Amino acid sequence: MAVAVAEGSVPIAKARRRSRTAGLYPSWFYLPAAIIFAVLFMLPTFASLFFSLTRWTLQKADFIGLENFAQFFREPFLFQGLINTLIYGVVTSGLKVVLGMLLALLLTSDIFGRGYLRAVVFFPVLVSTVGVGITFTAMMHPTQGLINETLASIGIKGPGWLTDPRFALYSVALVDVWKGVGLATVIYIAGIVSIPLEYYEAAKIDGATAWQRFWTVTLPLVQPATATVVILSFIGGLRSFDLIWAMTKGGPGFTSDVIASVIYKQYQAGFYGLSTAGNVVLFVMVALIIVPLSLFLNRQEVDR
Amino acid sequence: MLMRNLTRAALATTGIVVILAGAASAQDKVKLTFLFDNAPSTVAMAEALATAFEAKNPNIEIETESRPGGADGDNLIKTRLATSEMSDVFLYNSGSLFQAINPTQNLVDLSAEPFQANVIDSFKTVVTGTDGKVYGAPIGTAMGGGIFYNIPIYKELGLTPPKSWAEFMANNEKIKAAGKTAVIQTFGATWTSQLFVLGDFYNVLAADPNFATDYTAGKAKYASTPAALKGFERQEEVFKAGLLNEDFAAATFEDGVTKVATGEGAHYPMLSFAVANIKELAPENINDVGFFAIPGDDAAKNGLTTWMPAGLYIPKTTKHEAEAKQFIAFVASVEGCDIQTQSAGATGPYLVKGCTLPADVPPAVADLLPYFQEGGHSAPALEFLSPIKGPALEQITVEVGSGIRDAASGAALYDEDVKKQAQQLGLPGW
Repeated sequence: MAVAVAEGSVPIAKARRRSRTAGLYPSWFYLPAAIIFAVLFMLPTFASLFFSLTRWTLQKADFIGLENFAQFFREPFLFQGLINTLIYGVVTSGLKVVLGMLLALLLTSDIFGRGYLRAVVFFPVLVSTVGVGITFTAMMHPTQGLINETLASIGIKGPGWLTDPRFALYSVALVDVWKGVGLATVIYIAGIVSIPLEYYEAAKIDGATAWQRFWTVTLPLVQPATATVVILSFIGGLRSFDLIWAMTKGGPGFTSDVIASVIYKQYQAGFYGLSTAGNVVLFVMVALIIVPLSLFLNRQEVDR
Repeated sequence: MLMRNLTRAALATTGIVVILAGAASAQDKVKLTFLFDNAPSTVAMAEALATAFEAKNPNIEIETESRPGGADGDNLIKTRLATSEMSDVFLYNSGSLFQAINPTQNLVDLSAEPFQANVIDSFKTVVTGTDGKVYGAPIGTAMGGGIFYNIPIYKELGLTPPKSWAEFMANNEKIKAAGKTAVIQTFGATWTSQLFVLGDFYNVLAADPNFATDYTAGKAKYASTPAALKGFERQEEVFKAGLLNEDFAAATFEDGVTKVATGEGAHYPMLSFAVANIKELAPENINDVGFFAIPGDDAAKNGLTTWMPAGLYIPKTTKHEAEAKQFIAFVASVEGCDIQTQSAGATGPYLVKGCTLPADVPPAVADLLPYFQEGGHSAPALEFLSPIKGPALEQITVEVGSGIRDAASGAALYDEDVKKQAQQLGLPGW
């Protein structure tokens, strides 16, 4: 069914393409890429759609219709995982935009050792996520961790960052922001540097305050950078798995589970059909959020 | 004439065979691969068994490989079986986890092997597939799910090991009043959170002897069976009474073992195999730790929930079935037991006839053995009586044990989890 639809849509796509790239290369030239695309991307996509409708043991698959999807939404911790995913995506993406922008303003100013500082902000991006997770897990230990020992030395009793169900998800989100804000900063630096200085000079002559210059010159003109940062970090937040798994494994209990960690646990338990259904849900959710968001952000850009 | 020629031919042939055999042993050593979990005590035991076997069988070389335990290990075993990449011999749980790897389709039938005559029947039942064939052999010793206690704290406060839950909680109050940690929990390793529920099963069976059968058939539920719900309720009670160590949510299994051995806490609910870890992590305190069964309501009906040891299995995809069987027979022999005792210590009774334990076992093991002996009171854990064990129990018991979720809703959630597993296994009635 799905395959037939795909085949049907090919001629249309081909006709549209040909007008632009007709005669650029002979058709055999596209064959290797087409084979790789079909075998490694299209086939698994359709296979996963099929297996999400089955109870699958890797050796045999019983067709059960939409039962896996019903199961996925029926279980309280699976649903909690959905909510947590959204919280995680919004918190990490929001903080990366705000902090990335502030850091970029600082690092495009005439600050001493600017190149070095820019590198320092970017370093956490280069470090292995699992390594960061293990390090912060040790630092956030409720009694022996560096953070709570430091707080204790000034008389504050720190919370169980990763073990208190109220804080666990946010603690991981903060670490995610620390690790990822470097990328947002670099994108913003590129955006800010490309704003012509004449605008600022003109604004200054008109008597605009620093605050007004930021709101009316910098912010609108780095809109493309903002769109990139929001979309990249939001997709990253929605499908985030490695950091959460390294730090809490979704715990304590199910309180910091996100969709990706729930899916992985179903897979570990041998519920292969259910975990495939979870992946389809994740795919649909990311698409439903990101496509309109991306259209909205890009339209703003064109309108201006 | 004919005779002589025949004899000559026979001699010549024998000679050739001998030469060929010699060449084979020199060049084509059979290489067996052997996969086991990475718990230090398992690794020590498995390596010692492999070395001893190689010494006896110079034509076989064993390549050992360790894997993670817990859910990661389950995943790895299932994936390697499904992709035909399983080692020639592998170690894995018996009971419900064994049922979940689809033994009838994946494993070599070991029912007719001569060594099975020496394997105790109670083990055979937990490695028998749905077709009635036996697929495994025991490695390691039987275990109990109970509570380790610190003997010096008990002596100092004049306490005796409890036989009923009320006595246990009374002991806890005295320990807490003395300013000590009464109960150690280690939710940093989530699997350790399940003992109050799983280890209470002797008491469940005592109250409801048909629970296992009804549960497998989908008729008995944790949430609606008062005796079964009790495990969750007790876990909640212990948390609410404020008896836990301060870092219970982050502490690991190794922390728990060390704490109960060194007296940083008085009780640690755990499987008795942890004796091997105490020996390794706090060797000077090995004589400070005792063991008792998780007590139920009635002191007169006190008994232990027991765990069968892991099994050794051969996948159907092996190319060295004969050698693999030879190795398994060696492990499941009296000689094999003795090597296990030497390398990992005496942690409980073996499931092979004729195997003995040394006279000077640690006190926790000495406390454990009477439950298994003639006239002792013990019953297997649910995972050995039913193929269904829900995979999310450890997260649920973490929530109940840290006050995030109450006992009743935890039990109801677990019933849902069990249903998922039963459907995945394709059991009737779900």
